Amino acid sequence: MVLVLIAIWVVLDVLTHGLFLTPRNLYNLSIQTSVGAILACGMVFVIVARQIDLSIGSLIAFTGVLTAFAQVNWFEGHPTASWVLSIAIGLAAGIAVGMFQGWWIAYRGIPALVVTLAGFLIYRGAAFMLADGQTIAPLDETYQRLGGGSAGSLGVAASWLLGALGCTWVAWNVWNTRRERGKYTETPLPAWLDVVKVVLGVAAILVFVAVMVSYPDRRQLDENGNGPGMGIGIPVLLLILVVVVLSFLAHRTRFGRYVFAFGGNPEAALLAGINTRLLVVKIFVMMGILSGIAAVITTARLNAGANSIGQLAELYAIAAAVIGGTSLAGGVGSVPGAVVGALIIWSLDSGMVILDVGSAPRQIIIGLVLIAAGWFDIAYNKRHSR
Amino acid sequence: MSAPLVEMIGIHKHFGALHAVDDVSCELYPGEVVGVLGHNGAGKTTLIKILAGVHPNDGGTIKVHGRPVKFGSPRDAQRVGIETIYQHLALADNIDAAGNLFLGRELRTRWGTLDIHRMAHEAGKIIRRINPNFTQTHLPVRAMSGGQRQTVAIARALYFNAKILIMDEPTAALGPGETQIVKDLIMSLKREGIGIFIISHEMRDVFDVCDRLVVMKNGKVVGTTKVADVTEDDVLGMIILGKRPAPRAEASTR
Repeated sequence: MVLVLIAIWVVLDVLTHGLFLTPRNLYNLSIQTSVGAILACGMVFVIVARQIDLSIGSLIAFTGVLTAFAQVNWFEGHPTASWVLSIAIGLAAGIAVGMFQGWWIAYRGIPALVVTLAGFLIYRGAAFMLADGQTIAPLDETYQRLGGGSAGSLGVAASWLLGALGCTWVAWNVWNTRRERGKYTETPLPAWLDVVKVVLGVAAILVFVAVMVSYPDRRQLDENGNGPGMGIGIPVLLLILVVVVLSFLAHRTRFGRYVFAFGGNPEAALLAGINTRLLVVKIFVMMGILSGIAAVITTARLNAGANSIGQLAELYAIAAAVIGGTSLAGGVGSVPGAVVGALIIWSLDSGMVILDVGSAPRQIIIGLVLIAAGWFDIAYNKRHSR
Repeated sequence: MSAPLVEMIGIHKHFGALHAVDDVSCELYPGEVVGVLGHNGAGKTTLIKILAGVHPNDGGTIKVHGRPVKFGSPRDAQRVGIETIYQHLALADNIDAAGNLFLGRELRTRWGTLDIHRMAHEAGKIIRRINPNFTQTHLPVRAMSGGQRQTVAIARALYFNAKILIMDEPTAALGPGETQIVKDLIMSLKREGIGIFIISHEMRDVFDVCDRLVVMKNGKVVGTTKVADVTEDDVLGMIILGKRPAPRAEASTR
């Protein structure tokens, strides 16, 4: 999938005569992708556990409007408290909705498709009523930075620091895996393989940071048009946090292990004494939290809360997860894969915008890519099952 | 005779109007293999799932090591040393041998995270003890043969020191060679003093490994008999007709 992404980038760069792979476009692409990628990461857990969530687009609208509403109406004139508390309220609403949906699905046996389809209608309706159909604006200035707008990035120094942290982590991770394996096995993996892993990981991180810091910050330009770069966008930072936490959950905790076991064979999970109902509730609560985070980024970027945000978000999240290798049959999926899937979707979208392709043909092409991914999933499963 | 490992006394289980298990009593002694026989729907799987903690019983008493127990989940049964190997093996296809072996009882590091390397090591060790030719334990179960899956399921029971083992159709999915491995394993577990319940349709396997049989029909026990006292035809008669055979087997209950 990573190779497909690179191929798409190269082709788009050629077609746009070098306009695609520029710091400016890649910075914007990273911001555009982060909301969809955050949702796709959560959708991996949902789909792996043989569930579906069609409500997240509406939930983004509801939590987004609630966050904006709280900020403007309840905490006006409290600069710090206003954005911190309003975010907390939005996330709490996401958790409550997740518990509500999860309870109907797990403890009352209503299919997730039905419950979340109902949610799709309910939460956007609730968002409209709460905002009285109006757009709620303007929002707190600090809050706006979370959207990745003009002041919404880490700057040069912090970006390099984050990059250095990432490189250290890659090296430590490879070394630690080698050490842990060495405790129990006589035949460690060849050293050159570990070296290649570290070199590729570090190179990818350094190139990414270098591109992000070379997009100049428009607010700080001198008369010659030179100035410090933007660095990594704050939405991207949030995405990185989500990827790290969710990957950790998937591979290193009982919760993640049980999600995959339940998706692979629900009966086996039940017979092993796993509380599979509570597990399903937890998955939907997680999706609620991630919807709340997506709502924060979206409203901060718009500098407004409106009941029209988040439309089609659920479908793009499912598409990104599937393109990234998550199987709708359950039991198979990966968090980094979903990020790559999201990057493929938004790369195609952004590249075609540069090429001046209309929104209708863009939808058609992304739809066709989804079919190709679905076909790949089937072909892959045929080859790997007996 | 030593004290029984398991006593099930007057067990009842209803599913709606269906009386799946109707006043069933039986016991299991250390080092004993007891076959539970009957047609599909005779209630044997339900009986065994009650002992495994999957279904709560509606009436009757279960005693383990002489102490009455009440199971709310499979974990409660596991805690008193009851391990179950299900007919469909109850493995998650997408997870490797170690993941399945420790499912629900993962080894963890001091940070509370999964200790995947130690689990892989422990799983490999116990699996090789059962089947030295089985080394590809890191593959997902999907890629394994029927015998290898059975090995993983049995390894799970052994690792957690089962005192009481329940095997539902242990040889159903296996070829002749693999069936023999499982039978040998049952005999060696028996020598270690583990009590084993086996549900099976394979009359030959039952006569090869079991000491005693419990035959069920329509949720009731038709009869309990020592294997040595009956022929295959006698047992088939009990399963089909629901009647005890001629008097010579009459005095054979323990």
